[in-house]
Amino acid sequence: MNVVAKTETGRALGDAFAVVRDRLPGKGKIADQRQQAFEAYERSGLPHRRIEDWKYTDLRALMREVLPLAPAPDAAALDRATAAIKLRAIDGVRRLVLVDGAFAADLSDLGSLEKGLSVRPLREVLDAGDAALSAQAFASDISNPMIALNGAMATDGVVIDIADGTVLTRPLHIVHVASGTAPVATFTRSLLRLGRDTGVTLVESYLAAEGAKAYQTHDGLIVAIGDNARLDHVRLVEDSVDAFNISSATVTLGAHAHFNTFGLTSGGHVSRYQLTVTCAGEGSKVETNGVNLINGKQHADTTLFMDHAVPHCASREIFRAVVDDRAHSVFQGRIIVRPDAQKTDAKMMTRALLLSDDAEADNKPELEIFADDVTCGHGATTGALDESLLFYMRARGLPEKEAQALLIQAFVGEAIETIASDALREVAIAAAQRWLEARA
Amino acid sequence: MSLLEVKDLQVRVEEREILHGLSLTVNPGQVHAIMGPNGSGKSTLSHVIAGKPGYEVTGGQILFKGEDLLEMAPNERAAKGVFLAFQYPVEIPGVTTWNFLHAALNAQRKARGEDEISSPAFLKKVREVAKSLNIPQDMLKRGVNVGFSGGEKKRNEILQMALFEPAVCILDEMDSGLDIDALRIAADGVNALRSPERAMVVITHYQRLLNYIVPDVVHVMSKGRVVKSGGKELALELEESGYAQFEDAA
Ligand SMILES: Nc1ncnc2c1ncn2[C@@H]1O[C@H](COP(=O)(O)OP(=O)(O)O)[C@@H](O)[C@H]1O
Ligand SMILES: [Mg+2]
Repeated sequence: MNVVAKTETGRALGDAFAVVRDRLPGKGKIADQRQQAFEAYERSGLPHRRIEDWKYTDLRALMREVLPLAPAPDAAALDRATAAIKLRAIDGVRRLVLVDGAFAADLSDLGSLEKGLSVRPLREVLDAGDAALSAQAFASDISNPMIALNGAMATDGVVIDIADGTVLTRPLHIVHVASGTAPVATFTRSLLRLGRDTGVTLVESYLAAEGAKAYQTHDGLIVAIGDNARLDHVRLVEDSVDAFNISSATVTLGAHAHFNTFGLTSGGHVSRYQLTVTCAGEGSKVETNGVNLINGKQHADTTLFMDHAVPHCASREIFRAVVDDRAHSVFQGRIIVRPDAQKTDAKMMTRALLLSDDAEADNKPELEIFADDVTCGHGATTGALDESLLFYMRARGLPEKEAQALLIQAFVGEAIETIASDALREVAIAAAQRWLEARA
Repeated sequence: MSLLEVKDLQVRVEEREILHGLSLTVNPGQVHAIMGPNGSGKSTLSHVIAGKPGYEVTGGQILFKGEDLLEMAPNERAAKGVFLAFQYPVEIPGVTTWNFLHAALNAQRKARGEDEISSPAFLKKVREVAKSLNIPQDMLKRGVNVGFSGGEKKRNEILQMALFEPAVCILDEMDSGLDIDALRIAADGVNALRSPERAMVVITHYQRLLNYIVPDVVHVMSKGRVVKSGGKELALELEESGYAQFEDAA
């Protein structure tokens, strides 16, 4: 017997699908894939704490209502989005903007694309019926109910292709903006394909325009990194503290490919980022690092699944959580070393800093090693700021919050340091600084 | 007015009384030495003056320029001009000495209503002081005290003292862990800061340091009290006869 007790929210999401399914882009095979994804979601409904992967992030308890699907942004929404983007603009990037889940061409930099770079809105790709591409955009793990739901509902996104041998110096920046028109849900999915011998930097940010408070962002990113290619990826979640951000990224690396990713979450009421990385080509290298800076009643979950499928690959993971007030940070890091993946070198280190007695940090590292000739390890610590350091700093004239800020910067600095680009490291430092200043 | 006045100070740590009514009056321009065996409460006194949490003041007062110091947060005390050179300076990985000193100096200036000091002006100032104390520039780029030898840590304390230009400097066992050359450099640094407006309280349990930093007043501390005060000759007397006589007196 497989009786699933569904919550109101879970049912409402199902109803939402029934209402919009005929209006979703992509017909024929894509519609079938959406249907399958939706059925997969329906089988479990919203994930809850008795599902191992969702033990610390019980969406049935946290997600009390389902919001209506966002309407296409009107002129006023685009204006508010423009203002929000301006506040967080990054110099020298090619900006690709999604407002309320819809690609906003007018706010995006689509002029003079470099040779070998192609950028298209997902909706356009689906409407055009590019079967192979569409299939890839929807080929994700539907055993995860939230990824399945994202696949079923996705309305738009960005499809980026980097042709073999193309190295882009100008980073791409996908900006998700909630315009604040009404409390709405958005479902986006993006696809990034790097050909062989390519190199690119992708920044993703999640922002709220003035007035955008309670909204729900569901996003999925699918990445294929070709042989000898390198992707640098920086992800900044600065959603409204009343918003939900349920996102995933599924990344596959070819031979001798390199993936360096860094995520910083300081926004969102409830956020979950599920990152699945598969080393599918020998000699590939992965660095996944992240920082959570949360307070109030925020809940931020980073769940990493590192899959070593072939020999001679290396992965490094540095994660730092800074948790204040009654906030709750979750880090789950699972490393699988498959039987063939000899000479795997996988290490994971997570540390949490609790700034209040009511703050909580859960950390669940898991190593599943099926090969014998490997170097694997993980470590985790949880603690408070060192009182003797704080006193020393205060005795030199620093007010308590400033002394704490310096120690917190140092603490998250160990993860931020891993960002390869100087400019993007500064962007991450600035985001951490905004959080520190807001709490001072 | 005296600069620092400790009156009948009683202090407990974890239910146990450590200071049992200690008094001390320090006037501008003076150098006081506090000598006493290990465990007599010297560091406790210095910590309570600087405002370290964890000490319960059950009686007495500490006045700084007539103001109640015990009512102030540690950073307020620093901004007013109280400086403690720690017996055991801590290491702060990930916070460079430059950054730390710049932030601290600006925080003090801000608290006093003064303008912030610009990076170039700050750099110039730190470089000068560092040079006079034989502190290499690259030490300032490292995390605060991280990987510093005992002597380097102590010199870094004197560097901060010179930078912040406090009114009262309390030096807790500045000589511990220093060889004779390092001691001389550090003592020169301290002597250079002697001035008619500034006072120093030099805590030590060896007379040796007082050959280099010559005090105006010497106090002998034993079991949480000042048991004898006198001129600099008292230090020499102690060197010969030891602390035993005072332990009985206390
Ligand atoms: N945090 C503490 N908890 C318990 N006892 C303490 C603490 N700090 C100091 N003491 C005790 O107080 C007494 C005085 O210590 P301290 O002030 O360090 O002396 P001194 O600096 O003269 O060597 C000692 O008996 C010491 O054990
Ligand atoms: Mg001591």
